[in-house]
Order: sequence, then C-alpha cells, then structure tokens
Amino acid sequence: MAGTAVRGRLTWQTATVGSVTDETPTVRTLMLDVRDWGGHQAGQHLDIRLTAEDGYQAERSYSIASAPDEPPAITVERLDDGEVSPYLTEELRAGDEIEVRGPIGGYFVWDAPDGGPLLLAGGGSGVVPLRSILRHRARLGDTVPTRLLYSSRSLADVIYRAELDVRVDGLTVFCTLTRSQPAGWAGYARRVDQQMLAEVAWPVAQAPLAYVCGPTSFVEAVAAGLVALGYPEQRVKTERFGATGS
Amino acid sequence: MEALEGSVLDGNAIGGLLMSLFGTDMTTAIGICGSCGAVSQVAELAVYRPGLGTVVRCRSCTAVLMVFVEIRGITCVDLEGLASLTPA
Amino acid sequence: MSPISRGFHRRRSEPDAEAGRVPPGQYVTHDFPVLAAGPTQNTPLAKWTFAIEGGQSPVSWTWTEFQALPAETITVDIHCVTRWSKLDTTWRGVSLDVLLEAVSYDAAYVLAFCDGGYTTNLPVADLTGGKAWVAYSYAGSALQPEHGGPARLLVPHLYFWKSAKWVRGLRLRDTDQPGFWETYGYHMYGDPWREQRYAGD
Repeated sequence: MAGTAVRGRLTWQTATVGSVTDETPTVRTLMLDVRDWGGHQAGQHLDIRLTAEDGYQAERSYSIASAPDEPPAITVERLDDGEVSPYLTEELRAGDEIEVRGPIGGYFVWDAPDGGPLLLAGGGSGVVPLRSILRHRARLGDTVPTRLLYSSRSLADVIYRAELDVRVDGLTVFCTLTRSQPAGWAGYARRVDQQMLAEVAWPVAQAPLAYVCGPTSFVEAVAAGLVALGYPEQRVKTERFGATGS
Repeated sequence: MEALEGSVLDGNAIGGLLMSLFGTDMTTAIGICGSCGAVSQVAELAVYRPGLGTVVRCRSCTAVLMVFVEIRGITCVDLEGLASLTPA
Repeated sequence: MSPISRGFHRRRSEPDAEAGRVPPGQYVTHDFPVLAAGPTQNTPLAKWTFAIEGGQSPVSWTWTEFQALPAETITVDIHCVTRWSKLDTTWRGVSLDVLLEAVSYDAAYVLAFCDGGYTTNLPVADLTGGKAWVAYSYAGSALQPEHGGPARLLVPHLYFWKSAKWVRGLRLRDTDQPGFWETYGYHMYGDPWREQRYAGD
C-alpha cells in the first residue's frame, strides 16, 4: 500500500535490478528490488550510486517512474557523453546490484488531496515523474481533470507511448514532436510556446495545479508561460534536469 | 528575475544531499536570502554543480546562499548567505 | 562496504594516446565543458576594465587600452580538477609579464577577482616568466561569455579553476589567501602533475 516518504537520515541500500524494459532506442526502465523500501510518493526521486572495482563511485538522481504502491522503478535516458547513463541503459542487467537512497523530495509530489485540475508538462525524460503521478491517479480511481503536455524530439522518442495511447477517464494527452513528425501527424510540431500553453493549459479561474519537469530551458519557458497566463507561482511546481538535450 | 541557463538545476537536485545532512526533507524548507530578503522554497533556488562542489544561489539577486563541497568523504557546509533556513 | 557494480568504471583516456601529456588521473576530452559556479557574466566592453591593485599605485586598462597592448597567440594543454584535459587549445591574450611590468610592487601573491564575485589565489611567480595570460580569444574567435569572455585568466600549468573566468583584475598581497574554491578545501597551489587537487595533497 502507498506509504508516506521515509523520514529521518537517508542511508544507502543495496538494490537488485529486477527487470529492464527498453522504452525507446535510448531510454530504459529499470525495475528495482530494494529489500527495505518504505514506499514513495508520486513525483519523488531516488539517488543511485555505482562503485567500480577500483573503488571509484558515481552518484546520480532519477525520478521514480512507478506508482506509490508499486516497487520502485527508474527510467533512464542514455546521454551520449554520460559516464553513468550508458552503463545503466546498456550494460546493467537483471540480477546486478547498485545502491539507492530514497525516496527523496517533498516538493514535487502529488497525492489525491492536492486536487486539481492538473496540468502536467514534461520535456523529454521530464515525463518520468509525471508518469508516476498519472499511474497513482489511475490506481486510486481518481478522476481529477488532468492534461499532460509532453514534448519529445520525435515519435520514436516518446517514452511510455503505448501506455499514453490508452484512453483514461478525465485525462487528455497533448504531444508535441519538435524535430520530426510522422506522415499524417495531427498533433503539435514545435517547441512549447505561449500560444500552445494558451490552448492547452487549464483556465486560471479553475485554480489548476501545474507540475513542470524536464530540461531547464523547457521548465523555464513553460513555467514563465504559465505565470504569464495568470497561474500563481505557488501553483506551478518545477523540477529541472539541467541541460540534457531536447 | 532572469531565466536560468540550460545547465542550472534547482533545489530538487540536492534533495538527497540535504536530507543526508539535515535528517529531513529540505526541498520544501523556506530560505530567506541574506542579501536581498527574497523568500523561497529550497526546491526553487538556483543550483550550480560545476563538479568542484554545489553552489546554491538566490533567484532574485544571484547571491550565494549555500555551498557544499565534499572532499575525502567530508562535506563542508556553508550556509552563511542565508538569513534563515526553516524546514516546512 | 558498497557492492561492486559489475562492469562499471570511470571515464578514462585511451592508454597509448598522448602519453606524457596527460597528468595523473585525467582523461582527454574533445569537448570544452562549460562549468560555472554562477550565472554567465555579460559585461559590456564599454564598461570592462582590468585593474591591478595593491602595488605602489593602482593601474587599470579599458578594453580599448587593453586591445592596444602587445598580445600573443599560444597553444597549450589545459587540465580541470574534474579530471578532463583538453590538448592543444589555442588562445590569444596579453601576458601577465606585460601587465605586471606596468606596476611597481613587491608582493608575492595575488587574488584574482571577477565579475560575479569569483576569486582565486596564485603566487606572482606563477604568473610571470611566460606562464600566464589574460586571454580574450579562443580558437581564433572572440572568447564567448560561457567560456569566460570578454576575458579570462589563463594559467595552463595549474588546474583550470585557477584560470578565472570573467576576470577583472588582480589584488597584490603579501600573503597567500584562499579564493573561492580554496576556502572550501581545494589546494592552494593546484599543480596537476603532482595531483594537488585538495588541501593536503
């Protein structure tokens, strides 16, 4: 059952990779088996730590892709010049061990009492914590009106595509493909701009709650755009992933 | 308040670091800038991680609020730029 | 004890590549990483000055005056404490020998200061004798703000955190006082060939 975030000092725990799922040619989801996992909230992340044979350690943070009542899973995008992501997306396999600590974060979280209507805006791998929110909402049977605005380079880069194609009560998904679109594509075909936000975002009068996640440039543009539409700043929650390429 | 540049993060990115140092989630903690008085949740502060350490700055005036540097397993914590930091 | 993550290793250089040019613990990159402790500075040239303080009398140059100083084009290897090294980087700038000749001083150390508040400390002896420049051009073009333009300090024989971006001057001092990163535990000197990354190395 969904637990509250574990409070108190964080410690590193060993996690065993359960199974891996290739979401796109460069994105993989890793299901993790963490013996003493205390549960998590939708939108939180965890830190992972890898240790090489010579003792070298590297740490990274990844948003949790699964719902609170599911085991933790992370979705990782392979960055060409990365030190960790190529290892996680290409080398790591079921049975391997990594260390995790978490769950982390009490700001970028959603639960049913927070209400809505919800506007979830994700750029690239920024969709990962939003997917956790959507899965949580669905598993609760919550029908708070929700719109997902999801920006990807191309259709092949859309993470969780099959899942997002399934009709869900009260949820509308808007996809924008910024670099290339398949023949006959009827969705948006450009980077998110003020016009697109004006068309997709809930009217301010409905007191919407927005979660914006992805590369910093995406988050800055969308958050500023929502504020320009009249969204109060405290109703726009943001999580920036830095310059991960869009 | 200028838009943050592409490589800049926010306080969410140091959630684990802060939790391991303070023993509680600090992303919703309220920080008050010692230079300009701006009030902000930690999650919304500008975070720079050039590899040598972590520098957290006020989004309103860019003043340095917090610096964290880990060397040989020991983390140096400098909070002098904050007038206050209060967990939610 | 942390479990070993099978097959994981740190980035490293090809072993036979550029042997002898890469200090211990470094790998060669063909990118030019942009690392900063704060927002990119964008000082207009009309407002820019470079000053040397703490000598017999303060000295400063406007951009126009600075451009009129004798300049050199040099090709050097640079080494960042975050372990990347970049070989054969070409810069153009004014040697610190030229700049320090304009000042009468007997101080042994400097603190370099920059737009945005960054500082770093160096011995004067490491700025003179053809070892350091204030560089305003990289790879044949004007130095971009994200890499420290309009001008940055360039001291290639030390770790690159000493090559302060957006440099605006030097403060001559009798004692060696730690700058920004040195205050938090980075090495006061920073010789990559002796792997002086942290205080005590």
